[in-house]
Amino acid sequence: MGMKKDELRVAKIPNGTVIDHIPRGRALHVFRILGLTGEEGHVIAILMNVESKKLGKKDLLKIEGREVDPKEAQLISLVAPEASLNIITDYKVTRKVKLYPPKVVEGLVKCQNPVCISNSELEPIIPKLEVISTKPVALRCIYCGTRMQGEEIIAHLVGK
Amino acid sequence: MWKGRDIVDILDFSRKELEGLFHATVDFEEAKKDTSEVLRDKVMALAFFEPSTRTRMSFEASMLRLGGKTVDLGELRTSSVAKGENLADTVRMLDFYSDVIVIRHWLEGASRFAADVCIKPIINAGEGMRNHPTQTMIDLYEIWREFGKIDGLTIAAVGDIRHARSASSLLLGLSLFDVRKIFLVSPEPLRARQETKDRLRASKIEFEETKSLVGLEESLDVLYVTRVQKERYTDPAEYERVKMSYVISEDIVKRMGPDSIILHPLPRVDELGASIDKYKQARYFQQAKRGLYVRMALLESILGG
Repeated sequence: MGMKKDELRVAKIPNGTVIDHIPRGRALHVFRILGLTGEEGHVIAILMNVESKKLGKKDLLKIEGREVDPKEAQLISLVAPEASLNIITDYKVTRKVKLYPPKVVEGLVKCQNPVCISNSELEPIIPKLEVISTKPVALRCIYCGTRMQGEEIIAHLVGK
Repeated sequence: MWKGRDIVDILDFSRKELEGLFHATVDFEEAKKDTSEVLRDKVMALAFFEPSTRTRMSFEASMLRLGGKTVDLGELRTSSVAKGENLADTVRMLDFYSDVIVIRHWLEGASRFAADVCIKPIINAGEGMRNHPTQTMIDLYEIWREFGKIDGLTIAAVGDIRHARSASSLLLGLSLFDVRKIFLVSPEPLRARQETKDRLRASKIEFEETKSLVGLEESLDVLYVTRVQKERYTDPAEYERVKMSYVISEDIVKRMGPDSIILHPLPRVDELGASIDKYKQARYFQQAKRGLYVRMALLESILGG
């Protein structure tokens, strides 16, 4: 028939974003990072554990009529490094962006150390976490040195 | 190499840089040159947001001996900090008044943040539970001075290795050298932090965690003692029980080798009784005395020239 397996399952979206190459089992984390609940009215398709040449199995998220801003893209890169964002216009991929964790995550993730200066409400300070590893993602607070990795990052970002 | 530099974390320095500081310190210790005017017209600001005796006074004495002057933020209850002024505004003001700012704070990362805010160099004089870089420079200097090296030595850190910043900081500092083995001797809840152990592993340093010092005494070159802090225990009976098992007895010292040394960042409480002071291995007062020379060498390298 010439159709890919994914296309058999889910129709193409006319406009919006497809987030591809999400590590298996993490599509719902990405869903939550985007603050989606399903009640916004977007057509959303979540595919989990589909075949992937690159990852063996992968997850995929299609959201109609929704863009992903740069801050959201940074956060997604922390739970789904190497995911790709496909911007869809008129059923076509008009832009494809590969996500990589940034060198420093600024103002998006709080340090987990309750006695870190970056958690002081008195100070004019923006939390800054250095990405010290990308596989798996590990962060280190540039102020106090506290590290965060794997499940800790996920728990922090998706509030599990 | 050191001029204008912030002293925030011992890991900001290389082994070579630390050895350079040790050699400079020897000159101060042996009074090889007249340094009584080298920091004339320089002003050091002391901003201690936590109590301190030795660190504060030795910084002040070091500055005065080099011909410099000090200004002190003073007691927190009488300063503007008591009115709710934040750290950023406080140090920004000290940045105008002085040439170097020495900070002790209970919040971790405070000195890194202060270094971001200020133009003048910041010296971390102890913060939170991880960092005390100048104490580590003193501890490493004492070891280096006594043995002529740090490589190849067997070292035990005893007591509260988790919360005592001097112990955490020393372990990080030792990771820059090629020590033979480190014993981490503590009750289970007070064991070294994961990040400290990760650092030792990454530096390929052999270490062993154990609850007791008994049986290790003879193999040690350096015994580094810290206090088991009462505030870490919710059950006073448990504290009393644990505390007693980390007291350095005369029997332990007698089993240590004649050339081995006992260090302590001080203040000591029960863990190191006055009865130990008479032994040749007891070097903690000498360590504190040499601390003055290390801080003089440090201030001169940051501000001098």
